[in-house]
Amino acid sequence: MQKAGKRKPVYTRKLDFRHGRVEMAHGSGGRAMTQLVDQLFIAAFDNHYLRQMNDQACFPVGSGRMVMSTDCHVVTPLFFPGGDIGSLSVHGTVNDIVMSGARPLYLSAGFILEEGLPLADLKRIVESMAAAAQAIPVPVITGDTKVVEQGSGDGVFITTTGIGVVPDGVHISSERAKPGDKILVSGTIGDHGIAILLAREDFAFYGTLESDTAALHDLVAVMVQTAPDIHVLRDPTRGGIAAALNEIAHQSGVGMLLHEHCIPMKEQVGAVCEFLGFDPLYMANEGKLVAICAPQDADRLLDKIRTHPLGQNAAIIGEVIEDNHCFVQMETRFGGRRVVDWLSGDQLPRIC
Amino acid sequence: MKYIEPFRNGAIARKIARKITAETDPHRDYYLMEFCGGHTHAISRYGIPGLLPGNIHMIHGPGCPVCVLPMGRLENMIQLAQTPGCIVCSYGDMLRVPTAQGDNLLKQKARGADVRMIYSAADALQIAQQNPQQQVVFLAIGFETTTPPTAVVIRQAQMLGLTNFTVFCNHVLTPSAISHILQSPEIRELGLVRLDGFIGPAHVSTIIGSNPYAYFAEEFQKPVVIAGFEPLDVMQAILMLIRQLNTGRAEVENEFTRAVLPDGNIKAQRLVAEVFELRRSFEWRGLGAVPYSALRIKSRFAEFDAERRFALPVLSVPDHKACECGAILRGVKHPRDCSIFGTVCTPDNPLGSCMVSSEGACAAYYRYGRFREDDNDDVARTH
Repeated sequence: MQKAGKRKPVYTRKLDFRHGRVEMAHGSGGRAMTQLVDQLFIAAFDNHYLRQMNDQACFPVGSGRMVMSTDCHVVTPLFFPGGDIGSLSVHGTVNDIVMSGARPLYLSAGFILEEGLPLADLKRIVESMAAAAQAIPVPVITGDTKVVEQGSGDGVFITTTGIGVVPDGVHISSERAKPGDKILVSGTIGDHGIAILLAREDFAFYGTLESDTAALHDLVAVMVQTAPDIHVLRDPTRGGIAAALNEIAHQSGVGMLLHEHCIPMKEQVGAVCEFLGFDPLYMANEGKLVAICAPQDADRLLDKIRTHPLGQNAAIIGEVIEDNHCFVQMETRFGGRRVVDWLSGDQLPRIC
Repeated sequence: MKYIEPFRNGAIARKIARKITAETDPHRDYYLMEFCGGHTHAISRYGIPGLLPGNIHMIHGPGCPVCVLPMGRLENMIQLAQTPGCIVCSYGDMLRVPTAQGDNLLKQKARGADVRMIYSAADALQIAQQNPQQQVVFLAIGFETTTPPTAVVIRQAQMLGLTNFTVFCNHVLTPSAISHILQSPEIRELGLVRLDGFIGPAHVSTIIGSNPYAYFAEEFQKPVVIAGFEPLDVMQAILMLIRQLNTGRAEVENEFTRAVLPDGNIKAQRLVAEVFELRRSFEWRGLGAVPYSALRIKSRFAEFDAERRFALPVLSVPDHKACECGAILRGVKHPRDCSIFGTVCTPDNPLGSCMVSSEGACAAYYRYGRFREDDNDDVARTH
């Protein structure tokens, strides 16, 4: 993003956010691009790093361990109940940062815009993104914009990168799950995945379900304060809790045993999954976390999570066990037992 | 969920499990085949084997629509996908079934073919209406359950006068497949495979009713219990089969009375009869050529028949040499018996069709049941 400040504008007419569309010129480095950056991005993300108008943001480095994470966001539709690609792109990266126990400090944002995208949509997305960032607060201190020809993108793709700092004494990492540890989830599963599915026009389902997209920085801060020795944190986004737990099981070289009746889920999510033959364990979440901690910390941690607005439906859903195969197993509500495997390809609806 | 949850009640499941254990004869084994992939899926997903005594053996049958589709028909589908100006539509699982060369419809899509995943036959018709300049082919697969919707769209296409919509018909029939299995030398003459009774299809039976199974019970002296796809349905059906076997009965019983009538859905049957006719023979993967086991589009709807419009050749392509899908579909082998199960052939990289669909025996076993390998069944059962 080229930075602009209190200089004389190089353009005379204002951007038409009501009827205008993204054009190739908005990415070509000329006046049109400067105008878009000025009138949209800097106006929305306004902070002193951006106002310095450099090609990079310069900030002081504190002591301790820093974490950095990057996340690309592509979603159809761009706007969905409970959020949009803008808020999602802030929450996604912030959540990746805070899953280390870190406090998020700065974000960068890269936009790939498709020629023809209504400027009104872009404005709505950028403003939603700025609001999400300010709510945390974490400033977007540098960025970039490119425009691709119509047909080469899906409206807008957003890549955000974040930097954070880990408090002393906190060591959260996915190879730390130990047999005997408890597995917690911070709320109902599958809300985002199903909300997106319902928002797509090709499904003749309608519902009131909203995406759970949310930044988990505050919840994690409270959790780390309560139990600094949390072993593992993971936000179960794509692939749902099944993918997250399988990854942790492999990284830690352990097995897991879940109890289906303990896993919180909204009835609508269960119903849609039932209808389409999907498994909610594989549906994406954007405002939930999975935590693994020592058994003596579990109840205290659960109580604390439940007092937080983003953790009211939290539950202990299982425990870590010894298993050379690193299988994630589940005791079904029905009384049997099965493997909760990695997802193979996309989830496909059953035929009959 | 209100009407589903009661059929997944763990307390009732344990009650039925106790009855099954109490009533099974510990001195004999029971070999029961669930014909349908839907049952295979339910058995694996809910961990039903863990609730059954060790002398009840569930054999997975061939009732998985994509599993039984022969390679030659799959090659035809790939050809259609490669035809310029052609949009091919099918149900999700179909898109991942690999050809002998490891190709599939999703890979064709990645290479530029227009392949659409649809949720109902009506979606395919809609795509045809929205794309009048292109030929839209619906790759129709499935048993009697999915056949009536295909009949509906063919009739609608005729009424709408569509000239860019065809159906590649691969609809197959359940009773002929069951007969074929029971008549196979492995079961009838050689006695290599023991098969004591069947759990009859759920959704298929809502269409064809319970009457068509009377022949198996009578001719082959095998009890059939039609059951719903919920886990309690399956448990109850197993109990009913055990009771029949213990008392030497071989009858058709209907556990799924909430949806299946003796005569089935007459309206759907009429629709199917209006649009389709029997094929003299059709190749099934694993079973080979099975007489009168599939449907084709009647000549009065010929203009909607992709086989005629695109003059698709009849191809016979052998399965991969190491793949045991055939034997697994006939109940002769267990997925575990296949040398490439879980090594070369996995859900991420399936070689055989049984590894593709979640209803396929191999995929269901891989996905849900693998922990039993080392554990052996008895350990799993203590939970």
